[in-house]
Amino acid sequence: MKAQFKHSYDQDINIFDDKSQLIKYGVLLLLLLMAPWLLSNYYISELSAILIWSISGLGLMLLTGHTGQVSLGHAAFMAIGAFSHMALMARGWNFFPALIACALITGVIGAIIARPILRTSGIYLAIATLALSIIVEDIAIVAEPITGGISGTFASPINLFGYTIDRYITPKAFYYLCLALVVLVTLGYINLLRSGTGRSFLAIRDSEVSARALGVNVPQAKTLAFSISCAITAVGGAMYGHFVQAVNYESFTVIISITILLQIVIGGLGSIHGAFFGAVVVVLLPQVIAILGDMVGQGAGSSITSIPGIDTALFALVIVIMIIYEPRGIYGIWIKIRTWFQMFPLYRKGLFRRSKTYLKTERMR
Amino acid sequence: MSLLKVDSLSIAFGGVKAVDNISFEVNEGEVFTIVGPNGAGKSTIFNLISRLYEPLSGRITFDDTDITKLPAHDIAKLGIARTFQNIELFDHSSVLQNLLIGRHSQRNTSWIQDLLFLPKVRRSEREHRLQVEKIIDFLELAPYRDKLIAGLPYGIRKVVEIARALAANPKLILLDEPASGLSVEETSEMAWWIEDMQKDLGLTILMVEHDMSLVNRVSDRVLAVAEGKFLAQGTAAEVQANPQVIEAYLGQESV
Repeated sequence: MKAQFKHSYDQDINIFDDKSQLIKYGVLLLLLLMAPWLLSNYYISELSAILIWSISGLGLMLLTGHTGQVSLGHAAFMAIGAFSHMALMARGWNFFPALIACALITGVIGAIIARPILRTSGIYLAIATLALSIIVEDIAIVAEPITGGISGTFASPINLFGYTIDRYITPKAFYYLCLALVVLVTLGYINLLRSGTGRSFLAIRDSEVSARALGVNVPQAKTLAFSISCAITAVGGAMYGHFVQAVNYESFTVIISITILLQIVIGGLGSIHGAFFGAVVVVLLPQVIAILGDMVGQGAGSSITSIPGIDTALFALVIVIMIIYEPRGIYGIWIKIRTWFQMFPLYRKGLFRRSKTYLKTERMR
Repeated sequence: MSLLKVDSLSIAFGGVKAVDNISFEVNEGEVFTIVGPNGAGKSTIFNLISRLYEPLSGRITFDDTDITKLPAHDIAKLGIARTFQNIELFDHSSVLQNLLIGRHSQRNTSWIQDLLFLPKVRRSEREHRLQVEKIIDFLELAPYRDKLIAGLPYGIRKVVEIARALAANPKLILLDEPASGLSVEETSEMAWWIEDMQKDLGLTILMVEHDMSLVNRVSDRVLAVAEGKFLAQGTAAEVQANPQVIEAYLGQESV
């Protein structure tokens, strides 16, 4: 069993508690950096997809996992991010200025939308954001000068420091670009969480009334969370645009919105790890289902993947099982396994049983 | 000298006058208790002072500032902190995190500084932590520092909620039924905390409480209300001897 002795407040303020944690994440980063030498181009491209979904997932995690505001419309902000980034690059902007600009644009749009929409909560908020996702699909058709209308637009090639980065021609460079962005976004996210801003978000999630009594300006903090969330998601959307290379109004449907939400629920709400675990599931599950289908199909003489909607159905099944048996998602399972090893042989079965929650008053909402 | 002054305060919920023309003054450094039967409007008075409710009429003055029109989130910065009747802690965070959220009104960094985690943010985080540790020492919460609220016993949660209110560095602390749901031992411990807050920290305490043993022990002055109306005011003994108060609690003697 590991016991940790603390001797400075800085240990709780730092990103990593102690050396062993620093080493663990260092090794992980090293493995990710070495991945292009270890894996084939196909898997590198899958890994890029996981990283891109992680960015979008982190965006929604900030809003839903840490501020407690559900959104069924985050594909809309991926769309705004992707279209604005492509439009700016098509007009001669460089990659990074365009990326920052698209994050800012989406953040501002998010802030404007947030004020009225965040007056609602729960199911009403879900419906309002769902509507947002549908509206943006239509706007993508109407706003032809920016979005290219029905036919959509193509991603301009990325030129960075004299190199051309393209998903197909130079998949390794594209992967490193995604990795760098993920690291930056994650660091910013951790910084928010370990300071007052992040704590005010947590406060709103768990008890709005005491957040107010403690001096949190709730509408302002919610708007800030929504806006930052939109900006992060926009970065994910822009990278997704470069990943698929051509986007139109059909690229960011409501299904995408729901997928991001499911991603963070499966991964584990309220944890940064969850966004990453969820991204792995979202990207790899269809592949696993296809491979399994092929294997089963070879025995049965026909391909099971030819049944329409089978992967979606299996995906749904996994989610239902997750929500019933492990509401804290893959991250919850991960914590249990880790605790089992840390406490061996003292682990008790009921260790993570959630205790009774006491009645909370809703009168002052 | 009076720190909090409530002047003919009224509020109605759909025709029911929950608080009807209530006035009282809380002096600096005293423990002032509001008692009354269920539904007397005691918690409503608290919610009016912390600006969660909009009063129909009346004035609330704190430290010579009129707070009747201030938004709820500005109250903490002025120096009023509170606890809730049903415990409104942040269940999925640790005790330490809860107390750090309590420091919100003392924040001096913006979200952009937080995002970049500038050296200034680290300095202010250290300062917040230092202040929080002082409170943890004061209320003897050290064994629970890193425990999640969801796993703590009820009595400890009550103390954590007081600790979180103290973290806001208040002059006046509003305690909404600090002893409700506590055992006899825990209630007597709560009385110690209240006395310590008054004597060691020099705080002014406004309290709503049903447990008369606690009221008798810590209160300097008591206000009795029933059905939103003023009944009596004075020391604990005086209020309990008041015939109107006895009538409100036990009903009229049948003739």
